[in-house]
Amino acid sequence: MWQSIAMHIPDGFLDVPVSLLTYVISAVILTLAVVKSRADLDDRTAPLAGLTAVFIFAAQMINFPVASGTSGHLLGGALAAVLVGPWVGMLVVTVVLVVQALLFADGGLTALGANVLNMAIVATVVGWVVFRLGIRFVRSRSGAAVVAGVAGFVSVPASAMAFVVEFALGGTAPVSLSAVAAAMGGVHLLIGIGEGVITGLVVAAVLASRPDIVFGVRDTPLAKPVARPEVAAV
Amino acid sequence: MAVTAFVFIVVLTPREWIGAFVAYAVVLIGFLLTAGVRPGRMARSLVLEIPFVAFALLLPFVGPDPAGFAGLSIAGMWAAWNILIKASLGVLAATLLAATTLPVDMVAGLQSLRLPTPIVAIFTFFIRYVDVVSDQYHRMRIAQEARGFRATSPRSWPTLASMLGALFVRSFERGERVHLALVSRGYDGRLPTPQVGMRRSWPIAAMLPVGAALILLAGWVATW
Repeated sequence: MWQSIAMHIPDGFLDVPVSLLTYVISAVILTLAVVKSRADLDDRTAPLAGLTAVFIFAAQMINFPVASGTSGHLLGGALAAVLVGPWVGMLVVTVVLVVQALLFADGGLTALGANVLNMAIVATVVGWVVFRLGIRFVRSRSGAAVVAGVAGFVSVPASAMAFVVEFALGGTAPVSLSAVAAAMGGVHLLIGIGEGVITGLVVAAVLASRPDIVFGVRDTPLAKPVARPEVAAV
Repeated sequence: MAVTAFVFIVVLTPREWIGAFVAYAVVLIGFLLTAGVRPGRMARSLVLEIPFVAFALLLPFVGPDPAGFAGLSIAGMWAAWNILIKASLGVLAATLLAATTLPVDMVAGLQSLRLPTPIVAIFTFFIRYVDVVSDQYHRMRIAQEARGFRATSPRSWPTLASMLGALFVRSFERGERVHLALVSRGYDGRLPTPQVGMRRSWPIAAMLPVGAALILLAGWVATW
């Protein structure tokens, strides 16, 4: 439920100029991401990004219980950035958002540009930058997981602040900007804690079995493959 | 594309023209009923908006100038109405698209909109493997429950997260296998796409935005 609390912007929330502007900005950045992701993955891009998108989509189905019946789920921007890199991560989260908008009517179609900008672009870029800054100072797998957790935590309020900027430019509701910023900031700091903990735990789990496929650590000593444990067939 | 155009037209409409929104709703629901979408599905899709409805309902209380009707802000009420009606119409329009269009046609549609090939390819893989990976996820959940696991508190997070980690490794490795299988069949980064009957259906699809545009036009003429 975290995501639907305040993340996917529906139609009519932002005015037309800002909706179009966010579409244009997102399109330009994604075009760059397409070019850059070829450098990262060459012709493996499409199948690997497609399957990672499916993974993020499935990850969002998992409810993490918080307390007394409430639960939340992962947003996955920072997680995607750490696992497959910022460029592929952007494409992956974008595909998930577009599918949600087209097939599940989750998030408005006119607001899709803004939703992509906030959740696919801002969250992955911020998550990636934080992770790469932090990874220099850690030597161990658990350290890398903590850094990934911090990246996940920071990515959520960052993406909420991107929404506040869009709202300031073209919001259709007469609420004072400081009220929106305070409400969004407060709620998303809490959401960010959950996002950070889960991101860190998932990254730790992947590092334990296939550190060589984690894009965020591929140029560090942590990327050395471990002896692979047999995975029991389910 | 038609649905996006429709929603943009709806968002463009000044919020004071209540009649125009009623007309949009009539046109859209007419389409939905013709397409055989049951009212239950429409209602379920509207549930998604609930958090935003809550935000909208707050607006009359926090908006400026609370001197209006019954101590509520008139500006706030207009804003709430604006958001509610536009979001509802948007959700219904997207439901129409999802109910009438096969995922394969949607990929073809994205391609005909000249989206970059890599993005269309990622979509194709997404749509082909979404059921495979969700099935895998459900099998892992069943296995967990068979071992007596129930997620009830944050203490279950490490278990759920390590399941997610395993799911990522499995998805990524599936991607690697799919890639190798494609390469062995002569894959060079391009995917063949099925040609689907887009041309036949576009006049019907165009009726929705064109109808909405006519309503908007009528509104302009009427206010002159």
